[in-house]
Amino acid sequence: MARMGRLAGGGMAMAKTARTLVVRRRERWPRAAETDPRPGRWQVVTVAGRPEEVLPRGRWPEPLRRLYGAVELYARPAPGGRGTELAARLLGNGPGLRGMAAHLVGDDPGRFLRQALREAKQLAETGEVLRADRSRVDRPGGPG
Amino acid sequence: MRALCWEGANALAVREVPDPELRNAHDMIVRVRRSATCGADLPLLAGRIPYLAAGDVLGHEFLGEVVEVGPEVRRHRIADRVVVCAGIACGACWFCRQGLFACCDNGTTGASAAESAWGQPTGGCYGHPAPLGGFAGSHAEYVRVPYADVGAFAVPEAVSDDRAVFASDAAPTGWLGAELGEVRPGDVVAVWGAGAVGQLTAGAALLRGADRVVVVDDHDERLRMVERHVGAEPLNYRDVDVLAELRERSGGRGPDVCVEAVGMAAEPPGLLAGRLGGGAERSLALREAVHACRKGGTVVVLGTWTGVVDTFPLGAVMQKALTVRSGRQHGQRWIPMLLDRMARDELRTEHLATHRLPLERAADGYVLFRERADGCVRAVFSP
Repeated sequence: MARMGRLAGGGMAMAKTARTLVVRRRERWPRAAETDPRPGRWQVVTVAGRPEEVLPRGRWPEPLRRLYGAVELYARPAPGGRGTELAARLLGNGPGLRGMAAHLVGDDPGRFLRQALREAKQLAETGEVLRADRSRVDRPGGPG
Repeated sequence: MRALCWEGANALAVREVPDPELRNAHDMIVRVRRSATCGADLPLLAGRIPYLAAGDVLGHEFLGEVVEVGPEVRRHRIADRVVVCAGIACGACWFCRQGLFACCDNGTTGASAAESAWGQPTGGCYGHPAPLGGFAGSHAEYVRVPYADVGAFAVPEAVSDDRAVFASDAAPTGWLGAELGEVRPGDVVAVWGAGAVGQLTAGAALLRGADRVVVVDDHDERLRMVERHVGAEPLNYRDVDVLAELRERSGGRGPDVCVEAVGMAAEPPGLLAGRLGGGAERSLALREAVHACRKGGTVVVLGTWTGVVDTFPLGAVMQKALTVRSGRQHGQRWIPMLLDRMARDELRTEHLATHRLPLERAADGYVLFRERADGCVRAVFSP
């Protein structure tokens, strides 16, 4: 099975292909640097499908693509043929989030990142993100 | 459209609500023909499940007719008569591919809350709040069906609506009980609870070849059904010492498989703790099942538990080397088989619909169901 490595870091141009850093199956996710002022925990989901299907041509899947520059992303084959482990973590060594990334991440970035990973997984597995029913208030022309 | 809405603890009313709409490409809209009450609704009705909001539509066990399909729906066409699995699952994630549809990673819109409650999100269910789905229920004229190709099944012409509606939830839950217990020919099986799920668990155990199936309850009408419609042995716990009786009927060994099909509704915790979602439940039935079960046997927990349980006899589980298994049904795996059995008359369920009511009287139906009044096993609504 193909191995995937770190896909991008902050401030660089969007990666179109997988980078060279390979994460072997039994290794831990890369540790945060000692100086990292915000050592965010890796958020991980397992996505059904091979790495090359989850990340075709190494491209970041939506909605994670919108967080480019704010997070780092890793992928590696899951054991037992379970698919691909997709891990993301907020970058902690920069001047902080700016612009749209900061707006999207909001005041609970870990939670937001987890949600983005779940949506990326759903898109890869089912082709869409499951949407809740809309209430009367949420519908066009509704009260409120 | 008209729908049965939750308005607060033990308050229900049929109200005008917006029609459902296609929200995903795999959705379809079903016009409901039958929708049944279920014991899993009672904690919701009582206001003991967090996240439920006033105006939410209840109901998850249903059958109907397709009226609209999304662009990615391949298996269904308008006017098809379908029974829809009460559980919502994507069919594509690793869990669904293992047949564990109730463990689906993509079946709810409230995965974050489910992770907080249980560690991981599970599959969804109609008529439940976001951690368990976030989709409107089926006690309505119409219902949106996500992942329609995965969760909806055409009903054979030979199977009536009143029989097929129970293929949505009660019958697959009963099948789950027998499967988790790995019931095999020669087994003695005991089931606590003679409601629809308990009866269908007993029926599934017999279909798998169990030598003897005993159902424990205290409602004489239900126990008569067990004898007449299922062919299992009734045991009224008000009349006899259940543990002694089960020992006697299993040659002193204890039943090989003990199934708890009573559930959380049986014993509400203190009112305040229950409303806050933090009250520990107690299950006398589950404790009795653990004590009754033979050494090395299996105890199956089918009752709809969502919180924590107090005074669970873990010592007996360990000392007797019991296996405890549990889960919600994986109906997507079994509904076609169950419908075939219904068509062949091997599986009969229509007697469970003791009260057939128009949707407008659904609130009355829940009173009958909750109080078990007038011999009510299940109230089934027709919009």
